[in-house]
Amino acid sequence: MPVFTGSELTCLRGDRLVFTGLDFRVAPGEALLLLGPNGSGKSSLLRMMAGLLKPFRGRLAWDGAPVPDDPDGHRAKIHYVGHLDAVKPVLTAAENLAFWAGLGGAADPRASALAALDRLGVPQIAGVPGRYLSAGQKRRLNLARVLAAPAPLWLLDEPSVALDRAAVALLEGIIAEHRAAGGMVAVSTHADIAMPGARELHLDDFTPVTGGNAFDDDAFGDGGIEGEDAA
Amino acid sequence: MTRFLRLVGRDLRLALRQGSDASIAVMFFVLCVVLFPFGVGPEPNILARIAAGVIWVAALLASLLSLERLFQTDYEDGSLELLALSPVPLEAVVLAKTLAHWLVTGLPLIVAAPILAVLLNMDTAGFGTLVLTLAIGTPLLSLIGGIGAALTLGARRGGVLLSLLILPLYIPVLIFGAGAIDASLHGLTPRPHLLLLAGLLAAALPLAPWAGAAALRQAVE
Repeated sequence: MPVFTGSELTCLRGDRLVFTGLDFRVAPGEALLLLGPNGSGKSSLLRMMAGLLKPFRGRLAWDGAPVPDDPDGHRAKIHYVGHLDAVKPVLTAAENLAFWAGLGGAADPRASALAALDRLGVPQIAGVPGRYLSAGQKRRLNLARVLAAPAPLWLLDEPSVALDRAAVALLEGIIAEHRAAGGMVAVSTHADIAMPGARELHLDDFTPVTGGNAFDDDAFGDGGIEGEDAA
Repeated sequence: MTRFLRLVGRDLRLALRQGSDASIAVMFFVLCVVLFPFGVGPEPNILARIAAGVIWVAALLASLLSLERLFQTDYEDGSLELLALSPVPLEAVVLAKTLAHWLVTGLPLIVAAPILAVLLNMDTAGFGTLVLTLAIGTPLLSLIGGIGAALTLGARRGGVLLSLLILPLYIPVLIFGAGAIDASLHGLTPRPHLLLLAGLLAAALPLAPWAGAAALRQAVE
C-alpha cells in the first residue's frame, strides 16, 4: 500500500497564514496525531489532506505521485469525518449509512451498514430516523461510515466530540484494527485517544511568528478556523 | 451508473419523505395561473390569448421556488462535503440531484399544465405543443437553476439572489416555449421553436453540471 505524504504545505485562510512549511508522512499501519491550540489549523490540514481545501503552496502525494494528477483515485482512498454529521433527519440510521456505503463502493450496502453500526455498539438505532438520534449517536453513525466501505486512509477531525468513554474505547479499538490491517489514520484531537506509536504533529510549530501573532487574539485564535469550516 | 441511480434514489426518497417540497411547487404553479383570471377579468378571448405565456411564466416561477433547497440542506448538514469527497465525480452528483429535482418538481407541472390550459380557455390545438415544450423546457429550467443554486450556496438571502441571477437566463426558454405554443395556435409549425429548445437542452445537459460542480467546489472549500 502506498505512502501518503505532504511537503512544504502552506495554508492561507482569508488573509491569515495558518501554517507554513509543514511536512508530514503517513505510511501503511501508521497514525498521525494532529495537536495544537484552537485555530492552529488542524481542521484545515485534514480538509487539505482530504482534498476539500487546496494548499496555497506545497503538495500532497501518494508514493510521490501528486494528488491533483489523480483526484478520483485520491477520493477513493480516503474517508473524511468532519465536524458535521451529515445525518438526514428523515432517513433511518441504516438508510443514512447504507447510502454512503453504496456510494463508497460496498458490495452490499445494507449489510455492511448494519455490521458497521453493530461494530460501533449501536445496532439498536438502525431503524431510528435521524431526527431522533442524540448527538453521540449521530457521531457514532458518522464514524460507522469509515467501516461501512473500505478505504486505506481515515481522516478524523475531533472524532471523540460527543462520544462517551465506552465509545472512545471502541473507536481506539477500531483504529488499532485498521492500522493492523495496513490502514492509515490521521486524527485531530483535544481529548485523549490512545493510539500506540502514533506520530505527533504539533501544528503550532508551523504557525508563522510574524503576522500570525497580530491575529492570534480572541477574535481569530479561538476556533476561528473551525468556525469558518462549519459555517 | 448504479451509484448515479443511488444518488437520484436518495434525493427522491428525501423529497417524498419530506413531502412538502414536491407539492409546494405544483400548488404554487396552479395558484399562480388561477390568479390571472381574477386580475385580467374572465373574458375568455383575452385568457385564451395570454394562456401560453401565463402558464410558462408560472412554470418558471414554480421551478425557481424549490431551487434554493437543491444543495442547501446537503451543504448545511455536511453531506455536500462527503459527496464532493466520494468517488463519484461531482458533475455526476450535480446531474443526479438536478434530475431528482426535475422528477419531483418539473414532472408534476407537465401533468398539471393541460388542466390549467382548459381553465384559461386555450385552444385544444395547442395542448400537444404545451406538454411538449414543458417536457423539453422544465429539465432545462432545473439545469440552469442548478448552476444558480450552486453559486448562491452559503450566501445570505441566497433565494433572492438566486432569482435575480437565474430569471434572466430563463428568458430564452420562455421565448421559445411560449413561442412554440403560439405557433401551434395560429396553425403554424412549432418545429423551429422546439428544435431551438431541444438545442438549449442539449447544450445545458453537459455544461450545467460542469458549471454547477465548479461552483460547489468553491462552496465546500
